[in-house]
Formats: sequence, C-alpha cells, structure tokens
Amino acid sequence: MRFQGTKKYIASEDLKLAVDAALNLEKPLLIKGEPGTGKTMLAVEVAESLGMRLIEWHIKSTTKATQGLYEYDAVSRLRDSQLGDEKVKDIANYIKKGKLWDAFTSEEQVVLLVDEIDKADIEFPNDLLQELDRMEFYCYELDKTIKAKKRPLVIITSNNEKDLPDAFLRRCFFHYITFPDREGLEKIINVHIPKIKKKLLKDAFDVFFDIRKVPGLKKKPSTSELIDWLKLIVSDDLAQEILASDQSKLIPPLYGALIKNEQDVELLQRLAFMSRRDTSVN
Amino acid sequence: MLINLFNTVRSYGIPVSLREFLDLLTALEKKLVFADWNDFYYLSRSILVKDEKYFDKFDRAFDIYFRGIENLDDVFKTIIPDDWLREQFKKNLSSEDLKKIKDLGGLEKLMEEFKKRLEEQKEAHHGGSKWIGTAGTSPFGNSGNHPNGIRVGGKSNKGMAAKVWEERTYENLDDSVQLGTRNIKIALRRLRRMARKGEDFEFSLDNTIKSTAKNAGILELEYIREKLNDINLIVFFDVGGSMDPFVKLCEELFSAAKSEFKNLEYYYFHNCIYESVWTDNYRRNENRVETQTIINKFTKNHKVIIIGDASMAPYELTNAGGSIEHWNKEAGELWLKKIKSNFYKTIWLNPVHEDHWDYTSTISMISGLMEQKMYPLTISGISDAVAHLSRRH
Repeated sequence: MRFQGTKKYIASEDLKLAVDAALNLEKPLLIKGEPGTGKTMLAVEVAESLGMRLIEWHIKSTTKATQGLYEYDAVSRLRDSQLGDEKVKDIANYIKKGKLWDAFTSEEQVVLLVDEIDKADIEFPNDLLQELDRMEFYCYELDKTIKAKKRPLVIITSNNEKDLPDAFLRRCFFHYITFPDREGLEKIINVHIPKIKKKLLKDAFDVFFDIRKVPGLKKKPSTSELIDWLKLIVSDDLAQEILASDQSKLIPPLYGALIKNEQDVELLQRLAFMSRRDTSVN
Repeated sequence: MLINLFNTVRSYGIPVSLREFLDLLTALEKKLVFADWNDFYYLSRSILVKDEKYFDKFDRAFDIYFRGIENLDDVFKTIIPDDWLREQFKKNLSSEDLKKIKDLGGLEKLMEEFKKRLEEQKEAHHGGSKWIGTAGTSPFGNSGNHPNGIRVGGKSNKGMAAKVWEERTYENLDDSVQLGTRNIKIALRRLRRMARKGEDFEFSLDNTIKSTAKNAGILELEYIREKLNDINLIVFFDVGGSMDPFVKLCEELFSAAKSEFKNLEYYYFHNCIYESVWTDNYRRNENRVETQTIINKFTKNHKVIIIGDASMAPYELTNAGGSIEHWNKEAGELWLKKIKSNFYKTIWLNPVHEDHWDYTSTISMISGLMEQKMYPLTISGISDAVAHLSRRH
C-alpha cells in the first residue's frame, strides 16, 4: 500500500515516504510543523486515499490518557441498580469505549488521528507508551485484554507547545512539514482555488512572501491563511490591480485573513508609515 | 555498512538509539526504498531523527557518511584492506597502465589525490577530466575510461541525490541550544502541593457508597473537589546588563514555570531589588510596583524565587543611593532582607557557574543574606531548590 497524496492534498516526496514507512512498519507517525501547514488534514487525506476509516481523537488540556481507552460509568450503573434494570448485571454495559478501543477492535485497518498531543498534560504521552507500542491494553472491569485486530495507522500531530518525552519519540517515526516554496505553494493553491487568475496569484504571492519576510512577526501567515485570504479576494472580486499597487505591498487588502495578531498588524502599519515617509522625503 | 551511518549520526549529537536503527533495517528489509539515495535519505531521516532541530545536524552527518570525507581512511581500512587493494588493483592493470600510474606518482599518490579531490569537490559531477563522477576521463569515478581510475560508489546515477541534504534547508531550525524545558518542568513538578479546591467536580465512589448505604439503599451521589496544584510562587527576574548571556536560560525556566504553575507572580528588576520592581520589561517605567506592596499583598506562604547573577558593584548592594539607575533611599541589601524575612521560603537561583561564585564578592554577600539558599541555575540546582521550597517550615 502506498500513499500518493490526493487531489486536494499535495504531499512532498519525503512526506509520502514517511507515511509509507509508518504504514509498513506499523509505527505511529509524529507530524510537526508550523501551524496551518496541513498537519491534521494529512490524516484525513491519508484515510481517504487509502480507503480507511478515520478515527479522530482531539486532545485538550484536560484529556487523560485513560479516556482514550475506556471509561467506566459508575453513576449510571448505580442508578440502574435502583431501578432494577436488567442491564445492570453486565458491567460491559457501562464501559464507555474510547477512541483507541474503537480503533483496536475495528475489523478493518483504520487511521487513528491523535490531534495536538502537546495540548495535554506533560505526562500524557508516557501514559500511552505501551498502548501504542503493543497496540493493546487491559480492561480491569471486564478482566480482558483489548488487542488490535489490525494495527491502526496512528498519526499524531504536535504544535511543539511542550517537548515530548524521549521514550515516546523513540517509538514514533517523525516528519516535519516544512513551509512549501513558491512552486509547491502554487500547486496547493491551484488545487484549492482552480479558477484564480495567474496575474492575481503572482501579485498575491509577492505580497504574501514579503509579509512572511517581515522580521518580528508573532505569527507568520501560513498555507491555510493564504488559502483563506485568496478565497476572500476571489469572492470579493477585487480589481486585479489592487494587489499590484505600492500601497498594498505594505498593508494588503483584507489583511484580517492573513494576520491574526493585533501586534502584527501594528507592526505592519508602522513599517508602512515609515516607508511612506521615506518616499515622500525622496 | 549502515552501522557507520548510525555511528556518524550519533557522533553528531543526535539522540538515536539502537531501536531506531533496527527499525531502519526492518524498513530496508521490507524494501520500502530501493536503490535510491534520495528516498533512503528521507526514510532514514524520518526514522532516526525525532525533532526538526536535529535536521541540520542530520544533513551534515548524512553528507559525511555519504561521501566519507572525514572517515575515508576508516572506510578504506574496513572495506578494502590496503594491501589487498594494491594487489587486486595491479592485477587488473596492463603494463602500460602501470606505467601511467607511475606518471601520476604511484598508488599512494593516487589515493591521496582521490581524497583531496573528494574534499574539494562540492557537487556531483559527470563527464569532464578532473572531478570524481561518472563517464569522464578523470582517474576517479565509475564508468570512466581513465586507466587507473578508482570506481566510486555504485550505480547512484541521480545527480539530484546529493543535493537534497546539501541544501541544508533546516539550518535555521538548529538552534544548537538544548531546549531543556521538559527537564526543567519535571524538576519543577516536585513543587506541587495538591489540594482540593474550587467546584465539586469529581465523582467520589467511596462517599457515594457510604451515603447510599446510609440512605437505606436509595442512591445518593457524592462529588468531591478536584485536586489542583495549590502552590503560590513569586518570581523576581534580573534583566539587562550582566544577565544578557543568560537570557535564553531564564526564558526556558520562565516558560517552564509559567505552564506549570497557575498562581505565578513575576517581576523584573535590574541587578538588585530596590523599593520598586516592574511587571513588564518593555515598559519598565510605567508598570512599576512597590516592593513593599508585594510584601504586604501576599501571604507568608508564598514561595519566593529570585533569579539573578548577583554580580554587581558592592555599593549597589550595601549603600543607599548605590543603584546605577536611580537614587534609592534604602540599600538593596535591606530590601533583600525584608523579602527574606517576610516569606517563609525564599531562594536565589544563580545562572553563573558555581565554580565562579567565589570570584565575585557580591555573590557570597547575597548568598549570606539568603542564608546560603543560593542554587545554581542547572537542573540539579533547580531540583535542590525545589526540594528546599517544598519542605514544610
């Protein structure tokens, strides 16, 4: 089985190979990269292109590792026991299966996405070592081991908010999604906004890459921001020339889609002001 | 052969364990990549390297491995014994060829020349008469027609191959500073004091069973407050001047502390704490806070950590008006004493290496003020400090 990217997702050579390796060696694949370079999208597209079901597990700061396995709902069971419900006799009725359980017991191989693992507590990855390594865990309430029928393809994304423990890293393959170059970006844009005009795209790229070069930006705009921004420009049907004017080089129209940070907007405005002053002196 | 790659990668300081190496071998066994250096590079990177900050190091290591510049001698020794090479080599040569070798200065000279050219050569080369590559008349390379050529490499005919890792795209990701926040966080962990606070959130099975039994079997749910970290920290950071070399270290400590403790108060000062400190380093004149206010505002149970190199002119510490920035009515020494006596636990973390503490008089003076509770800003120093802070008074 080989991952080749999809119509909507342009995958680089090294990314394809990393997915292949993870698939064939049955190891989790850890994906890092700037926000907005398509980490989460990767899992969705891999699942689609390989024809597998996708199970998504989104991690929050309060997520505990055991929630991915199962939870025992003692409260309902106690209530049911009051009502004399027949269900109460079987504890299995009160085990809420987690995402890992789902993935392990699936008859077909699935893609399991563990999204933004760095959001959780610092010990979280350590709690999942055994489960991801052996693809099995033990359920105390039912007194049985849940073992993966088909080892799922596990894709883990991280935004680098916390360092991950070494023991965890050793068990994963790793891929860092770099920000694409102009050529790669053009391919991506053509996939998402096919009807965009060549000239407009060229001007937009100039503006976009200029902004990315501005030193001291808190959050550099990335692929997803660029796509949003271009969609806005196309849908607003702005005159083509608008991006080519000198003014827009400094503060682009509809900049809200590109720059998400108040300080960054301020920074650009300051730069624009300075360059206007320079030109007027000249 | 691959063990060399493993060793080279390790010698570049990339943390790779045997486990990953075995994974790589398995991947090759499964024929994930075949006879393509580019793919092999991507595959080995994805398996061996686990952090983008090591990508640049890996590129360099791979380059060395691939061309064997530095380790050329070793490689030659291990793969082709020197004398064997010489014998085999001579057997294949006609007397005419042997004469030509002499022209070039003998076999030793040839090998030397080979190494030299390898080092000089920066890109793949095919054709031509000097560089190592294919189909040329240079003595080195493959499919060439120089009589005493050395065949280099196998069929790697991708001119592109060497380029991918030569581009060194990841150079700026290699900050070469160990991002040690994880270690620091683990050290700070011990400073937790769990207490049940706030809303009743957690379901308490024990209490529920108890109260249900009391209730003659009618279900009575009981909840309990969640356990939260109940430690309160006040941190003072020394900024500017002599602290500049330690900025990175302090930032790491700060980011680790900030994510670990919800109740964290932090203030900045320069060289020594005087009657006021500031909360935002960029706007130090607007956001001043009276040190006395801090002392009054927080209970004695707050833990105080002061981070600074404690290196200054002695009068900055001992004299009124000693501050280099403003006229201070009371000596810095006095303020440090006030802080020390108003909180149960106060410690000083010093980024200066412990061995150099004796060379600066103010370090030992402040250490004395802190009753020797000055610790170096290292993982073990932080652990010791935390152990002291978490001890009950």
